[in-house]
Amino acid sequence: MKRVIILLLCLIPVFAFAGEAKDIAEDPVVEKRMVGLAENLRCLVCQNESLASSHAELAEDLRREVREQIKKGMSDKEIVDYLVARYGDFVLYDPPVKSYTMLLWFGPFALFLIAGGGLFYQLRKRRSSMPEAELSPEAERRAAAMLNDDKDKQ
Amino acid sequence: MMRFIWPLVAFLVLAGFLYVGLGLNPREVPSPLIGKPAPTFTLPQLHEPDKKFSSQDMKGKVWLLNVWSSWCVSCREEHPVLVELAQQNIVPVYGLDYKDNREDGEGWLAKGGNPYVLSISDTDGRVGIDYGVYGVPETYVIDKQGIIQYKEIGPVTVQKLKDKILPLVAQLQAK
Repeated sequence: MKRVIILLLCLIPVFAFAGEAKDIAEDPVVEKRMVGLAENLRCLVCQNESLASSHAELAEDLRREVREQIKKGMSDKEIVDYLVARYGDFVLYDPPVKSYTMLLWFGPFALFLIAGGGLFYQLRKRRSSMPEAELSPEAERRAAAMLNDDKDKQ
Repeated sequence: MMRFIWPLVAFLVLAGFLYVGLGLNPREVPSPLIGKPAPTFTLPQLHEPDKKFSSQDMKGKVWLLNVWSSWCVSCREEHPVLVELAQQNIVPVYGLDYKDNREDGEGWLAKGGNPYVLSISDTDGRVGIDYGVYGVPETYVIDKQGIIQYKEIGPVTVQKLKDKILPLVAQLQAK
């Protein structure tokens, strides 16, 4: 009798499973693709978090939307376009090159070129403005003597 | 003298950029939907869930679509402004009750007054997503052809109505 009770007690944990967070475990392949996409998308509510990591309700809804579209067989590009059509380029962490993002993309290079050009110009100007030091014959002879003196010692 | 001009210019340019940057509101994300047809929807009405309302029903009219919710804090600030606007009978305001349950939504309108011709329930937030809603309240101005002409993010104030929304409505109605 005691053994039976112990055996039954041992079986209790089998029934005590926890409720899984449903939408995450459903389909690991879909989930992986969704997270891959969402990591490069910005959550609009907490703007410095990605759609993958945000706990905002809107982010949850958008993840659900992305999941459903993956299941429907839409390509990554179609899904990103779907979100851009609604929320604008702002959802992309990697903004596309467009007329109004030119400054963003090429501004740093332009600044670098301007600064580099300025430096180059300044250095050249300084070199040409620095007079070549001229020595009198007397000083030159002394310098030569000193240099020779140096050589002898070695 | 010239030695100091260029650093000064560079400083002023940088200071100018930073000054403008301070005044920008990062919460206001320009909507890509402006100038585009308003996404169509058909949703159950809040007060009479058996009846549907479709955005197509509004063709030929200038109207406002106001996204609200009973859980939305800034909506409290906006609500009296909308109630007053509704009394003036200038433009019909329709409400999209975003991610809310019916009892809460009805209770909220019963308490604060109902400025809407009617409200529709977007319980799971899908129409909200189609409209690019990311922070309630939001208000859309939609013209006779069903094109979104303007979007106000955050509460509508008396000032914003006077400066932007009502002149735009008058202009669209005259067309």
